Amino acid sequence: MERKLKIKSLLDLDSLDRDGITHILDTAAGMKEINERAIKKVPTLKGRTQINLFFEPSTRTRTSFEIAGKRLSADVLNFSPSSSSLTKGETTIDTVKNLEAMAPDIIVVRHKSAGAAEMISRHTPVPVINAGDGAHAHPTQGLLDLFAVRDRLGKIEGLNVTIVGDIANSRVARSNIIGFSTMGAKVTVCGPPPLIPAGMDALGVRVSHNLDEAIEGADVVMMLRIQLERGAGGRFPSSREYSVRYGLNARRAEKMKPGAVIMHPGPINRGVEISPEVADGDRSIILYQVEVGVAVRMALLYLLCGGGDEVTA
Amino acid sequence: MKQRKVLDQDEINRALRRIAHEVVERNKGVSEVVLIGIRTGGEGIARRLAGLLSEMESRPVPVGFMDITLYRDDIFHQKTHPVVHSTTIEFPVEDKTVVLVDDVLFTGRTVRAALDAVVDLGRPRRIQLAVLIDRGHRELPIRADFVGRNIPTNRSDQVEVHVNPAPADDDSVVLKEGD
Repeated sequence: MERKLKIKSLLDLDSLDRDGITHILDTAAGMKEINERAIKKVPTLKGRTQINLFFEPSTRTRTSFEIAGKRLSADVLNFSPSSSSLTKGETTIDTVKNLEAMAPDIIVVRHKSAGAAEMISRHTPVPVINAGDGAHAHPTQGLLDLFAVRDRLGKIEGLNVTIVGDIANSRVARSNIIGFSTMGAKVTVCGPPPLIPAGMDALGVRVSHNLDEAIEGADVVMMLRIQLERGAGGRFPSSREYSVRYGLNARRAEKMKPGAVIMHPGPINRGVEISPEVADGDRSIILYQVEVGVAVRMALLYLLCGGGDEVTA
Repeated sequence: MKQRKVLDQDEINRALRRIAHEVVERNKGVSEVVLIGIRTGGEGIARRLAGLLSEMESRPVPVGFMDITLYRDDIFHQKTHPVVHSTTIEFPVEDKTVVLVDDVLFTGRTVRAALDAVVDLGRPRRIQLAVLIDRGHRELPIRADFVGRNIPTNRSDQVEVHVNPAPADDDSVVLKEGD
């Protein structure tokens, strides 16, 4: 059996069709078992070099990529701009060209500007994985969310998925809307009007401004953090009011459909978008998302590493 | 392309029975024996052997399945990335006699990868190898402990093994001649 992933770099989920996503999730299922072993390492990427190029702070994603690379035996290098020549005025492209000269096999990029990963991928033959670019895309988060849902609920097609919160600033929301829609789920977004961007209906997404109504009948409720660092704080009166109207508390969680799950890409602001007892409750698969994230990133490193223009699988 | 059936259903049955007897004889029973089939070719054969051994010795013989894709040394030498399947081994291999099971022994590279994969799971007392077909052309110093049938082949030939988890009419081994 041969299955192909026809991309050089993973920049967003728009460029993957249902087969491509399914292939990545199936590969991740094979990787998951490695993380449950006593010796969590396979020799697959021995002698390959992975550079994590994180221009923006991250704990979860960077650690997850680092562990994923190491479990596949790649040599993993973490590059942070604060300790680099970027502070001496070097451009991003020059930095990338210099790193490229040291012959890495894959580059993982996180950047505060939308399109940064795409620009870097255009300037280098090395495969690039977008680990989040501005408010544009976070494809590996989208894929791990799909994996977690498929694994817990047994399927994705036909599910009702509600994404709640700061949709306007969220690359996670964007990648999940595209990913879940591609896989045949029905997506609803919910939040105060200033945090819901225009054009949601063009993506086939239902918009709601009432959380109680939006979680009714949902199989998946995904809560998002208010991104104060991206100026979301000026778009609603107070966190307290936000929490009352759009926070997921125990009273609301009880009304959810039996078997429905609660997700959050992290970091969580306890008491704002989600109450502590819900975040730690039975329906929450928040830490499971983090767990399977490693397997999904291992799958992507495996599928994209060592490829040319067309990676076949 | 010329092709001929080298083993039919009955011959496969007999070969598996003989291998099962040899495994019991060599290991003085099966109390310490566990079987690991190499995905995907070794799966059906491992299940059949486990069934035969359990029946002969009246005790269950654990059987697991291993995907060795991530251990291959030719993984990036091929045009296509092999598909990764999961490994499902729900018993400890520590201090056990692991019998690796595959359909065809050819270059020996799959077995080398499987040996690496097994030792990553623990430290077995010993590892043995059972294959239905040995077709020669080894590239590594590896041999099988239990062989169903030796078949002389050319390097470009293909050996297609079809063994179901339970005996079935379409169990067969077919040799397709290469150029």
